[in-house]
Order: sequence, then structure tokens, then C-alpha cells
Amino acid sequence: MFGRLVYESFRRQKRRKLLAGVAITLGVGVATAMIAVATDIGDKISRELRTYGANLIVTPQEDTLDVQIGGVDLKPPSDGAYLNEGDLPKIRGTFWHHNIAGFAPMLPVSVHVGNDSAANLTLLGTYFSKQLTFGKEDFRTGVRITHPWWKVQGAWPDDNSSDVLLGENLAAKLGRKAEDEITVAGQSHRVVGILSTGGAEDNQIVAPLGLAQQILGKPGAVRRLYVSALTKPEDALARRDPKSMNPEMFDRWYCSPYVASIAYQLQEAIPHSHAEQIRQIAQNEGTVLSRIKGLMLLVTLAALFASALAVSAAMATAVFERRGEVGLMKALGAGSISVAALFFAEALLLALIGGVVGFAGGALLARQIGRSIFDSQITIEPVLFPVILAIAVIVTFAGSAMAIRRAVKFDPVYALKGEA
Amino acid sequence: MSSNQNSDLINRRAGKPHTSMFLRMLMRAAVLRRGRAASALLAMVVAAAVATAMLNLYVDVQAKLRKEFRNYGANIVVVAKNGQELPADAVNKIDAALAGHGLAVPFAYVVARTPDGQSVVVSGTDLDQVRKLDSWWSVTAWPNASHDALVGTLAAAVISPQGKSFDLSFQGRTIHLNPAGILRTGASEDSRIYLSSKDFENWTGVKPSTIEMASSGSSEEVNAFIQELSQALPTAEVRPIRQIMEGEARVLGKTRATLAAAAVLIIATAALCVLSTLIGWVFDRRRDFAIMKALGASEGLIGGFFAAEAAALGAVGAIVGFGIGVGVAEWIGRVNFHAPVVPRFNVLPMVFVGSIAVALISAVLPIFLLRRVQPAMILRGE
Repeated sequence: MFGRLVYESFRRQKRRKLLAGVAITLGVGVATAMIAVATDIGDKISRELRTYGANLIVTPQEDTLDVQIGGVDLKPPSDGAYLNEGDLPKIRGTFWHHNIAGFAPMLPVSVHVGNDSAANLTLLGTYFSKQLTFGKEDFRTGVRITHPWWKVQGAWPDDNSSDVLLGENLAAKLGRKAEDEITVAGQSHRVVGILSTGGAEDNQIVAPLGLAQQILGKPGAVRRLYVSALTKPEDALARRDPKSMNPEMFDRWYCSPYVASIAYQLQEAIPHSHAEQIRQIAQNEGTVLSRIKGLMLLVTLAALFASALAVSAAMATAVFERRGEVGLMKALGAGSISVAALFFAEALLLALIGGVVGFAGGALLARQIGRSIFDSQITIEPVLFPVILAIAVIVTFAGSAMAIRRAVKFDPVYALKGEA
Repeated sequence: MSSNQNSDLINRRAGKPHTSMFLRMLMRAAVLRRGRAASALLAMVVAAAVATAMLNLYVDVQAKLRKEFRNYGANIVVVAKNGQELPADAVNKIDAALAGHGLAVPFAYVVARTPDGQSVVVSGTDLDQVRKLDSWWSVTAWPNASHDALVGTLAAAVISPQGKSFDLSFQGRTIHLNPAGILRTGASEDSRIYLSSKDFENWTGVKPSTIEMASSGSSEEVNAFIQELSQALPTAEVRPIRQIMEGEARVLGKTRATLAAAAVLIIATAALCVLSTLIGWVFDRRRDFAIMKALGASEGLIGGFFAAEAAALGAVGAIVGFGIGVGVAEWIGRVNFHAPVVPRFNVLPMVFVGSIAVALISAVLPIFLLRRVQPAMILRGE
């Protein structure tokens, strides 16, 4: 009998059920989309923050002092220690290699340009988008990933060629443009593009790493290495000195993507190296990230609140409209409990249907938001589904509870007379 | 009751036709059905509050985040052109142009030598300002006495490994320095030594060659500011630090877009909530509608009555909701950005018009549906 009551109620009152169902579906959809966006926004913004460039620098352990003003090296760049280029792919073997967005080695060399032996310039050797192999894995890395603000007019040189880029100020001074030839250290090279960075590179020649090593006469030499990694904002554990930790705490520290633990792992991967966070980038990243995450969390709470309210309002209206029915049931001898049970069963059914449809709709919405704003998928955790469903049921119950209580308390005589 | 009085009453009623009755009906409808009217008003208030809070946040978040982004330090750098010097009043000129919307710090550089012949870069600057501009610098202790120096961690390892005082010479003049603090940044600052401008100028006589500045404002404002500065300082090159500017623009743009999407979703949900509550409210009163119609009220009058009621509800809801929404936005600002979100009163008309529009739609829709129904049917309870 109970089942039939519920079934008939859905069959005969299609319009009302549809209205309440639509409200629940929309509410759940909005809640799902917002929760999905809020849980994923940290990762997405973290990737956007990589536009600021590398947040870690690796230098040789016995490094000499830099004598550099405004990016111009004032000492012969040829002295000092070097890293070994052959060690670089090992970065892919570290624990947090998935968090390493890219790396770019740098090797500055001082060179003469043309026949004028007095013009002493810096040639910077680096990777542009170099194909490397670690184990069975192929990957590409270089300044195009770690220094996204570098802009080239013309083309990027191939990493295995001996083509070069000219900094825009230097190009203007020398009167060269793309596709010209330039004589560097006695050899003629093709200028494939003009580089604009807004930094010291605007006055330099930028070339594939191999060319710089050949000019320097030191194959495999790398002066420093910039690493761009996705990191977790610092917390109390991150600020502790790893040397003072007990083994269990050390493991936790080691397995968290803090900038300090990634630096530690880079030092392990590359022999005789010293890895340091670039504090300007690494420190601020954490602040900006936690602010944006906090903002989205609060906004998600607002969204949950608004959808809970919409669902409650719809349910309250739906129950309130059926006072007549309640009166009839009570006149026929139904107790308050069985009447309330009927309404709650209907609410449960509505919540489950609305929850499932709303979750699917919300997932689609989140994907759409991810694609149009961040150009990447927003992943929806499967664990979210039962959580959302539970929230939908609880909110629907809470929303109908007040209305059901009032409807059940109502004197059947008045209800049937229509004097509500 | 005399006929005199009666005609008096008729005259009085003819004088102001229906107005008082109309208002009375409005008032009584709200007072007699307090529960239903209150729940409709509550929905209205909450929706207006949520909409206000989201719009306020959306407008203000840019300014709030920009402040966070200024922690990245300078976004503009002024360098003397080759072979030329910065004018002595450059910093004053820039400070005047910034007008409090940023910070400008001059740096002077020389390459000095240690007694054993090592070259090291020494910079003279305003250390108090640097502390504000480059908040990410990790410093053990900021120098405050004369002849105190801030030594980069790499430089310290070479020059005074035990933290002892040391000598530096530049063009035959020697200075005795006391390493007050160690500086760690992970960039070229690590191999430099920083002094206060006073010590530096007394020792070397070299004037600042670089001014780093952090200018708050949108990228258009910063670009306009760069144009203005290049004209004011013809001997200097003024350029944006692209790394900082581009990163900021990107992250800000994406955050704002996400917030906009969230605002649209939330406001739509809130509007839906109002719509369903109000439709229920009006639909519930189809008896009033039927009685009015049976007593001879025109459809226009009934429509006007319900519309006026809804509009009043929308207006009251919007104003109360605006107040609450501003409070919520301010609270979010305090919790998340440690600075209140400034209330934007230009949001009010939007919320006001939007609330009334939603209220009108939800009042007129059921009336439109009920128009075809005979009043007798409704009164019989069908």
C-alpha cells in the first residue's frame, strides 16, 4: 500500500514532482560543479603560477661568487665549477618527477662577435625544447617551459643545430635581423629569431647548449640549472630543518612536494650540486595560492548555501501544496508517523533521482568551466559522488521537515475545507 | 446614518478612488499571512544578499589579489642608459609620479675587492624600503647601525665564514664592515653585500644607477606609467619586468574568470529559489484572486495588485539583502585577505532591479496561468 501511494503520487502529480526535481537537480548540479572546481583550483592555479618561471636553481657545490650587476657578468664566465649535462635526465627519476614542469640548463660564455675582437659579449647556451630520454620515457624540456615570458620574433632554434637567437637590444645595436648571418667566435651562424625577455638576455646571444659548450671547449658543462616545479605551500613541517627530524617525520617531509624537499631530492639526483629555492618565486607562490584557494572555498560554501536554500524552498512549497491530501489521509485514519513517512519517502526518491542527474550535470559543467578557463580538464573525484548524494538527501529532508511537520499538525477538517 | 453623511462618504471615496483600498489590501495581505509572506521575503533577502556578496567580491578581488601580487616585488625597473647617469632627483620624480600607489627603491652597485683579491658586488640602497619591496628576502637580522652590512649567504661563505668583520676596498679607499645579517634569496643577491646608501656614498661616491619599483594597478595603468616615466627621465631606460607582469596578468585573469562563473551559478541558483518560493506563494492565494474576480475586479487591477505586492517584496528584500551581502563580502575579505572588501554601491542598482524583476516574473507567471480558470472553480476548491 505504501509503495503504491508513493508510486501513484509520482504518476499523478508529474508537474509538481518535476518542479521539485528540477530544483534539486539544479542545486546539486551547482554544488557539484563548485566543489569540483574548488578542489581542483589549487592545482590549476599552481600551473598558472608557473608562468613566473623557475622556482628552484641548481648550482655546482663549489661555486665561486657571481660578480653580476643587472644581469651582466663582470668576471670571466669561464672560471668556476660546472654541473654535468649527462646528469640532467636523472631529474626524471626523483620521487616528485611528476611535479617538475620543466628545467633549463644555462651556460654563459663570453665571445667575440664579427672581426672586432674588442666587442665582448655573453653567449648563453641553453635548451629551448630539447628531447631527452630517461629510462623508457621521452620528454621535452627547456626555456620555452621554464621561461614562458621569453618571446621570439622569427623562429626558435633547433636544439641540435648551431642557429642562434639575438637579444632585441643587441640586434638593434648590431643592425641584424632574423635570417641574417652572424660571426661568433670565428664561426658563422644563422640568426633564426630575435629574442625579447625584458631582462639581461636582451643584450645577449642565446644559443643551443651544445654550441656554447663547443665554444667554451668543455663538452657536457652546465653552469646552472633552473627547475620549475609544482609545489605545496609551506607549512610548519616545511619550515623545519630536515636534519633535526625523526625518521618518520623525515619520510613525511620527503614525500610532500614542498619546495625544500624537491630541492633536497634534486641535490640527491645530481652529484656535486647545490639546489636552492628562488625565494621571490617560491615564497610568493604559496601566499597567492592559499589566498585563491581560500577565496574559492568560501565561494563554494556560498554556493552550497544557495543551493541548499533553493532545494528547501522547492520542497517546502511542494509539501505545503498538498495539505488537502494530508487532511484526507488523516480523516481516513492515518497516523502522523505514516503521513510523515510517506512524504519523507517521496523526498528521498526525489533527492536520489535529482542527486544522480544533478551530479552528472554538475560534472559536465565543471568540465566546461575547466576547458574554457584553464584549457584543461577538471578531474572529478569519484569519492565526491556518495558525498554529494548524501548532501542532497540531507538537504532535501531538512528542507521538507518543517513543511511536513506543519502539514501533519494541521486539523484535517480545515485542510479539507481548504481553509489553510 | 443620514443621507447627508452618506453622500459625504460617497464624495470622499470618489475623491481618491481605490487608492486607500489598494494599499489596505496590500498591507493586510502581508500582515494576515505573516508566515508565507515572511518566508517569501526571507528567500528574497537571502538571494539578494548572496548576489550582492558575489558581485562585491568579483569587483574587489582584483584589487585584493593585486596587493598579494605586489609581494613579488618590483614590476618596473629604471636603469641609466649606457654612459649616462640617472638624474639626482630621479627618485623624487618617481615618488611624485607614483603618488603613494607603489614603492621605488634606488640601488647603486660597485665591484669591490677583498684583501685577498676576490671580487664582490657591493650595493648601496635604502634598506628599510628594500625590506618592504622584497618581502621574500630571508634575512637573519636587518642592519641598523652605521658600517653594518647585509651579506649574501654565498658572499658570507667566502668573505667572513665565521661572521667576523672584514675590509673591502674600492679605488684605493677601504671600508671596515660588520656583517650584521645573512641574506638568502636563491638568486644573484646571495653573492652580494648590501650597505645603507649613506655608508655606500661616503665610501665610493657612486650614485644609484638602478631604481626598482613596484607599482600597483592594472597592466594598462602600469604601461601608461612607464610611458610617463620614460618622458620624465630621458637619460634612463624604463622597462617592465615581464616575468612579473605576465604571471600576474595570467593568474588574475583566470581567478576572475572562475569567480565570474561561480557568481553566475550562485546568482542563478538564488534567483531560482526566489522564483519557486514566490510562485508557490502567489499560487497559494488563488482564492484571493478568485474572490476579487468574482467581486468584479478587472484583470488589470488584479495583475497590478499582485505585481505591486511582488515589487514591494523585491524592493524590501533587495535593500535588506544588500546590507547583509555587504557584510558577508566584508567578512570573506577579512578572513581570506586580512582586509575588508570595500562596499561597492554601484552594485546596489543591479541587485535592486534584478530582485524586482525576478519578483515580478514570479508573480505574473501564476496570474497568467490562473487567468483562464473560472473563479467559481477555484472557490469550489478544484
